Amino acid sequence: MSTKNNNWEYAASIEGTGHIQLKEKYGLYINGAWVEPQSKAYFSSINPHNEEHLADVAQANDKDIDRAVKAAEKAHREVWSKTTPAERGKYIFRIARLMQEQAKELAVIESLDSGKPIREARDIDIPLACNHFFYYAGWADKLDYAFPNQKKESIGVAGQIIPWNFPLLMAAWKIAPALATGNTVVLKPAETTSLTALKLAEIIDAAGLPPGVVNIVTGFGDTGAAIVAHPMVSKVAFTGSTAVGKLIQKTIAGTDKKATLELGGKSANIIFDDAPLDQAVEGIINGIFFNQGHVCCAGSRLFVQENIADKVIRKLKHRMQSLQIGNPLDKNTDIGAINSADQLEIINKYIEIGRKEGSEFFQVDCALPNKGYYCPPTLFINVAQSSVLAQEEIFGPVLTIQTFRTVDEVIQKANNSPYGLAAGVWTDKGSKIFNLTSKLKAGVVWANTYNKFDPASPFGGYKESGFGREGGLHGLGAYLK
Amino acid sequence: MPKANTINHLPSSPSVDKVGVEERVARFQSRSIKNHAKMQGLKMVLSMIDLTTLEGKDTPGKVRQMCFKAAHLHDGYPDLPNVAAVCVYPSMVRLAKSIVGSHGINVASVSTAFPSGQAPLEVKLTDTKYAVENGADEIDMVISRGKFLAGEYAFVFDEIAAIKEVCGSARLKVILETGELITLDNVRKASDIAIYAGADFIKTSTGKIQPAATLQVTYTMLQAIRDYYDETGQMIGMKPAGGISNAKLALHNLVMVKEVLGQEWLDNKWFRFGASSLANDVLMQIMKTDSGIYQSGDYFTLD
Amino acid sequence: MNRLEVLKTYKIFIGGKFPRTESGRFYKALNANNEPVANICLSSRKDVRNAVQTARKAQGAWQERTAFNRGQILYRIAEILEGRSAQFVEELMLQSFTKKEATVEVESAIDRIVYYAGWCDKFNQVSSTVNPVSSSHFNFSTNESIGLVGVLMPATSSLLDLISYVMPIIAGGNSCVLVASEKLPLTAITFAEVLNTSDVPGGVVNILTGSVEELWSPLSAHMDVNALFIDKASRFRKDIQLAAVDNLKRVREMSADLKTENGQGLAFITAFQELKTTWHPIEKIGGASSSY
Repeated sequence: MSTKNNNWEYAASIEGTGHIQLKEKYGLYINGAWVEPQSKAYFSSINPHNEEHLADVAQANDKDIDRAVKAAEKAHREVWSKTTPAERGKYIFRIARLMQEQAKELAVIESLDSGKPIREARDIDIPLACNHFFYYAGWADKLDYAFPNQKKESIGVAGQIIPWNFPLLMAAWKIAPALATGNTVVLKPAETTSLTALKLAEIIDAAGLPPGVVNIVTGFGDTGAAIVAHPMVSKVAFTGSTAVGKLIQKTIAGTDKKATLELGGKSANIIFDDAPLDQAVEGIINGIFFNQGHVCCAGSRLFVQENIADKVIRKLKHRMQSLQIGNPLDKNTDIGAINSADQLEIINKYIEIGRKEGSEFFQVDCALPNKGYYCPPTLFINVAQSSVLAQEEIFGPVLTIQTFRTVDEVIQKANNSPYGLAAGVWTDKGSKIFNLTSKLKAGVVWANTYNKFDPASPFGGYKESGFGREGGLHGLGAYLK
Repeated sequence: MPKANTINHLPSSPSVDKVGVEERVARFQSRSIKNHAKMQGLKMVLSMIDLTTLEGKDTPGKVRQMCFKAAHLHDGYPDLPNVAAVCVYPSMVRLAKSIVGSHGINVASVSTAFPSGQAPLEVKLTDTKYAVENGADEIDMVISRGKFLAGEYAFVFDEIAAIKEVCGSARLKVILETGELITLDNVRKASDIAIYAGADFIKTSTGKIQPAATLQVTYTMLQAIRDYYDETGQMIGMKPAGGISNAKLALHNLVMVKEVLGQEWLDNKWFRFGASSLANDVLMQIMKTDSGIYQSGDYFTLD
Repeated sequence: MNRLEVLKTYKIFIGGKFPRTESGRFYKALNANNEPVANICLSSRKDVRNAVQTARKAQGAWQERTAFNRGQILYRIAEILEGRSAQFVEELMLQSFTKKEATVEVESAIDRIVYYAGWCDKFNQVSSTVNPVSSSHFNFSTNESIGLVGVLMPATSSLLDLISYVMPIIAGGNSCVLVASEKLPLTAITFAEVLNTSDVPGGVVNILTGSVEELWSPLSAHMDVNALFIDKASRFRKDIQLAAVDNLKRVREMSADLKTENGQGLAFITAFQELKTTWHPIEKIGGASSSY
C-alpha cells in the first residue's frame, strides 16, 4: 500500500519586486538635500545574483567629503548639540518607525543589492536594523544613567565607514548610537551595497531630521580615506577588514580623533562530546553559512572533540544537503550569492590553496545558477592549525575542521590567533561553559548558540579584531568624551 | 547492527537544547511551499493520514462512517489518494477491517490499555493479541510513562519488546505520550528506548494529552530516527498525532521529514499523521490551490 | 668617628628580581641643581624583551586571582608604603622636592593605592551589564583584563604619577612593563622594593629605568604587548601610535591632572579591560511563569 511520493522538491517562491522604488541614479545626501557629486562620476550597483545593473550611485571625491563634513560640523555646532536629548530621541524613534513601515521594501532591496537570501534580510537584517534605532532612541535622554558622575558630552562629527555584508544593519549600528549621543554623521556605505543606505537617507529625510545631522556619501576606498583624513571628523567608526583598520589607525595617529574598529575574525566554534549534538550541528551551519559566510564573527574554525568527530561531520554533511542555494529572492533560499566577483575570486583562491594542501575536501553537490557569483558550502576536514585556511579570514562559506582531545588543548588552539572577535562553545555542562567562556580571548562568546545579535548586546573584538563595542550601553561610550 | 535485546545495549541519548530546537523548527516553518510542490505535498499528506476515532462513545455506526470516508475522501475530485489507515479501538478492528480492507487501507488499533497504559503486562499482551487476531495491520501501543518518569527505563524497554513479540506481522507504533514526558531530553530518551526495543514506528501522542504533536517534539523524534538509521541502516517510521489539524502544519511536518530524514521517508510506509480533522482541511486546500477560490466546510463531508 | 654611609644601588625590577640592565650601561640621575644623586640603569631593548616575557607569564595567574585577593594585595602595597614613607620623602627631597611637597606626594600616593585597592572587587560590578535581548537567551557583558600593558612614564613624573598609572592597570588583573621617569627614577625603583615585599606576584609589575627615547620603540612595537599607557603630551605620541598599529595595541593616554581627584577613577580601570559578552539559551518549559 506504500505510495511512492519520493522526490518532493520545493517550487520556486520568489519574492516580488513590484513594490520597491529604486531611482535610476542616486546623488549624495548632504546637508538634507540630494546633490550631484562634484566628481560628476557615478558607478553601477549590480545584483550579484544575475550581474544586472540596479542603479547608478554617485562617486564622492575629496570636495564632496569636505562639503559633507562641513555640513555635519555646522549641524553639530548650531543645531544638534542644542537640540534637547529628549527631542533627539524622538527623531530617532521616528526613523525606527519609518523603517518598520518600509521593512519589506528594504528587505527586498537589501537582498537584490547584496545577494543575501531574502529570508535573512527579512527576518534578521531589517528587523535588527529597526530595533537598533529603537533601542538607542531611548538612550538619548538617559546618558547620565549610563555614565554616572562622568559628565559626558558628544564628540562632534562622526565619520562612519561600513562594509557590504550587512549594509543597512551596519548603517543602523553606526548612526543610531551616534545620534543618540548628540553627534552628527557622515556615513559611507560599501561600494557594492549602497542602496539601502540611500533608502535610509530618504527615510531620515522624511523623518525631518535637521539638515546636515546625517549625511550619506557613496564611493570607494578613497572616499572613505577622505572621511578619515578630514580634520573636522573627530570620531572614526569603521567596520571592515583588519588591513584597512590598520591603515585608518596610521592615518589618525598623532591626532585627537577617537576611533572604534570592528575588524576581521577567525572565530573558533568548539563542540564537546557532551553537547546537544543536533543543535550544535545547527550552530555550526548557522555559524559558517549564515550570509554566505560573509560575517566577521563567522565560526570559521570548527573544533570537534575527537571521539565524536566522525558523527558530527556525518551529521554536518547530511545537514548541508538540505541547504537551498540559489536566487536570493527565493524565500526558500538558505545560501544566496557571494557579494561580488572580487570576493568570489578571493574565496576560490582559498579553496584552491586548501585543495593543494591536501586536507579532506567536501562540497555539496548541487546545481548553481549559471550567472551570478556563487560558491557552494565547503568543508575542509582534518585541517592543521598551521594551514593558511585555519589562520586567515576567508569571508565565505568555507569551514575548516580540526579535532581536539582535551579542554586545555582546545583553549590554546582557539586562542592561537591574532584575532579575537567571537567564539562558540557547545557542552551540556555549565561549569565547563564558564571555564571556557572566561578563557577564550573573544569579545563575544556564544554558549550553546551562535551568531546571535541584539541591539542591547555589545559586540566587538579583542586583539586584531578591533576595539570598542557597538550595541548595548557600552556602545554609547564610543561616541562620548 | 541488530536491535538490542536488552536495555544494556542502548546507547546514551544526546542532550537536546530546546531553544536550539525552536530555532530549527522556525526555519522549517519559514519554508514557502507553493504551486506544484504544494499540490504534491497536500496529496502526500492525505495518503499519510491515519484517520482516527478513539472515543469512549465510539459506536459501530461512527466507525462505519469514518471508514467509508477513508476510502471516499472527496469523490468529486479525481486522482485523490486514500488515507493510509483507519485507527480505532480493538473492539472496532473487525468491523473496520471489513469495510476498508478491500480498499488497500490498513487498520490500526490502539492497545496496551490505551490511553493511560496503566495496566499489568498480561492485560496489555491480551489487548494486543486481541487486536491482531481481529485483523489489525498495525498496533499503536502506549509506553508506561509513570515507569519512565520513575526512572525504570528497563521496564519500559522490556514491555515494548514483549508487545513487539505478540504483534507478529503487524507493525508496531510506540506512542510516547510526549505531553507527559515534559522535556525534549525525555522525548529523545524515550524515542531511543522505543526504537531499540523494537518499534517499527514511534508516535508522539494519544491525542488525549496536550501538548501533543508539536513540531519541536516531532523534530526531536526524527533526529532519533536519523541517528538510528546512521548507526544501523534501518529505517524507523514516525507518526505525529494530535493537534495537526491544518494543511499548513502538515506540510511543515513534511518539510521536516524531508530535511531531517530524507526523501525516502516521504512515503506512508514511513510517515503518518494521526488525525481526525486534518483530511478536510487538506482537501479544501487542494481545491483552493486548484481553483484559486477559498473554500467552505459545507462542501466537505464531516466524519 | 663618622660611620661610612652605605650607598644604595638602584637596579631594575623584572619578574620580582632586581637585576642590572643586561647592557651594563648606566646614567646619572640629577637633582634640580644638576648634581648627580645616583647611578641609574640605562635599560636596553633586551631588558624590554625580558620584562615583557616575564610579564606575560605572570599575567594569567594574576588575572585569575580573586578580585578580593587583588584588593588585599593592593591594600598591602599601601601599608608597606606607609611604613616606608619617610624613606620616600627623603628620596623625593634628594630629587629636589621640598619636604612639604614630598610629604604630600607620598601621602597622596598611599591614598590613591587604597582607592584602587577598594575598586578591585567592585569595578566589574558597576561596569558589567545584563542585557535584555529579544530572544530566549541570557546575555551578559563583563570585563576581562586586557592583558599586558606597556607604560611609558613622562620624563618628570614622580611617585604619585607612577601610582596613578600602575594601580588601575594591576587592579584590573593586568601585568605591566613600565619605563620609569627618566629624570626622577629613584622612587620608582624604591617603589619596586615596596611591591616586592607586599605579596604582588613577581612579574606583575616590571620597572625599567633609562631613556624613553630609546625604549618607546621596542615596547610600543612589541607584538606581545596588548595595550600602552602613555602621557598624552609625550613627544613620541605619534610614533608610539604608529608603532602600536601592527597588533592593534590599545593606546590609552593620560591627560588628567594627577594631583587632583581627576587623576583617579573607574575609567582608568576600564580603559584596560576588554568587554566580553556571553550568550546562553534559556529553556522555557510548560506553563509555569514567574508571575503571581
